[in-house]
Amino acid sequence: MNRGLNRILLSTMGVVFAALWALPFIYSVWTAFHDEKYSANFQLGAPWTFENFIEAWQSAPFSLYFANTMILITIVLVANLILCTLVAYAFVRYKFRWAGFLFALIMVQLLISPEILIVENYLTLSRVGLTDTIIGIALPYLTSAFGIFLLRQTFLTVPKSLDEAAQIEGAGAWRVLWNVYVPLAWPVYLAYSLVSISFHWNNFLWPLIVTNSPEVRPLTVGLSVFATVDSGVEWSLVNAATLMTTAPLIIAFIIFQRQFVANFMRAGIK
Amino acid sequence: MNNRLSIRLAVIMLVIPCSLLVAFTHYPAIQALINSFWNNSSSRRPSRFSGIENYQALMEDDRLAQILINSTIYALGTIPLAIGLSIGMALLVNSRLPGTTLMRLSFFMPTMLPMIAVANIWLFFYAPGIGLASQILEVFGMPSINFLGRTDTALASMMFVAVWKEAGLFMIFYLAALQSVPTNLKDAAKLEGASALRVFWDVVMPLLRPTTIFVAVNALINAFRLVDHVIVMTEGGPNNSSALLLYYIYEVTFRQRDFAYGATLTVLMVGLLGLLAIVQYWVLNRKAHYQ
Repeated sequence: MNRGLNRILLSTMGVVFAALWALPFIYSVWTAFHDEKYSANFQLGAPWTFENFIEAWQSAPFSLYFANTMILITIVLVANLILCTLVAYAFVRYKFRWAGFLFALIMVQLLISPEILIVENYLTLSRVGLTDTIIGIALPYLTSAFGIFLLRQTFLTVPKSLDEAAQIEGAGAWRVLWNVYVPLAWPVYLAYSLVSISFHWNNFLWPLIVTNSPEVRPLTVGLSVFATVDSGVEWSLVNAATLMTTAPLIIAFIIFQRQFVANFMRAGIK
Repeated sequence: MNNRLSIRLAVIMLVIPCSLLVAFTHYPAIQALINSFWNNSSSRRPSRFSGIENYQALMEDDRLAQILINSTIYALGTIPLAIGLSIGMALLVNSRLPGTTLMRLSFFMPTMLPMIAVANIWLFFYAPGIGLASQILEVFGMPSINFLGRTDTALASMMFVAVWKEAGLFMIFYLAALQSVPTNLKDAAKLEGASALRVFWDVVMPLLRPTTIFVAVNALINAFRLVDHVIVMTEGGPNNSSALLLYYIYEVTFRQRDFAYGATLTVLMVGLLGLLAIVQYWVLNRKAHYQ
């Protein structure tokens, strides 16, 4: 009896806390679907509208920003998957001098990431003439220490006997990688891809520095330009734009919630 | 087993990927150190060697002193709060109470959003006279507060935004750890008559320690490298009260175009992170002896 009451009380407190936690986001969503005059005073019965989204979409080149973000995350993801696989494979399968030292050198990137080295990386980029390009935004992130670490841990668990059996059948280094190591690391590739996509979809400071023209701006930078350009901000428009640019990630999350959480967990434990 | 690495394979597997990494991690760090001993070039004269001039400027920079204090408060305030909240959230979500799906969604949602979207949402929330914060204060008959426009509330308001964004991610890690706590351990403790609180404190908490270390390291690095919300919400103001170190590097370099001082500040940042890494390594090693 007492236990049951406790459970109800705790559950109620939890739900209230969760509701309060989500409140800023929910209110932002609510405002995005209502006329500007309601954003400063909440009324439960106010009429719903889709106008803000249409107006926001038309007042800035969001379709272009979407395309740029897509190109950016594709470049980074493909490069990450290929390059990190190669490095991890070399560390797991081969013995060579300075392997430990080289690995430590790579892991430095976990601590001193490209976000911190914006000053010199910008100078490098302008020296090779790649500022204001999508390639330029992607360049510092193509090889990721996190990805190498994650894949090395996974490749280490691949049984040596499988590798040897493949070699006896005459498979070369690339065949072994493709037919033995990669298939066994599949869940980790999925987990890492999710982390990489959400990181680069969300990245802001570096693209802000590198880009000047709308033709190459990713969504985050485009959103910030839209939200600050006219000083007389219409909050309903800003909220609509904010929601619009993050909607694909939110929808993907709601659909794949369980896998997402499980994969984030897996990525975190390793 | 053939595990000699041929030159051809080494070039493809190691040299190409690693040179990209070195070019944007190690090279810029060293280049920042070199450039910090030179002054800025201009159209009229090239950059010349200036010795420790930049570092003297660093020592005399009152703004920097304020920013280092801000960064310390920011890290010391957000990390324990985020960790405490995320443990609470993980316990709630992991319990078999009704409504956990909704709770998990609510707690994890902010983590999915880009920091720039989070900044917009909270900018609106805090907006004086308009935002929900003001509307709620009004309901209770209190005057509206310009949270981001006052020197005594700006930093705290930013810290809250950071905690809101990060706690959900940390919750996931704790959730994973909680689910791997063996139930027979908890059952044994309960059989001995331990209360739920005792079980949590004496059985579960020690098992969460590796997660806490992992989360704390991550949170610390994030506290240094994520300043998107500062750029969007306050630009470090008012009167420098919400500026953080990386934001200052950004402002000095890309708004004031002072690349030499920007490089000097980068050296300071890398040095601080290196120092923290050494301290962490030392603390963890000492802890490991007791386990």
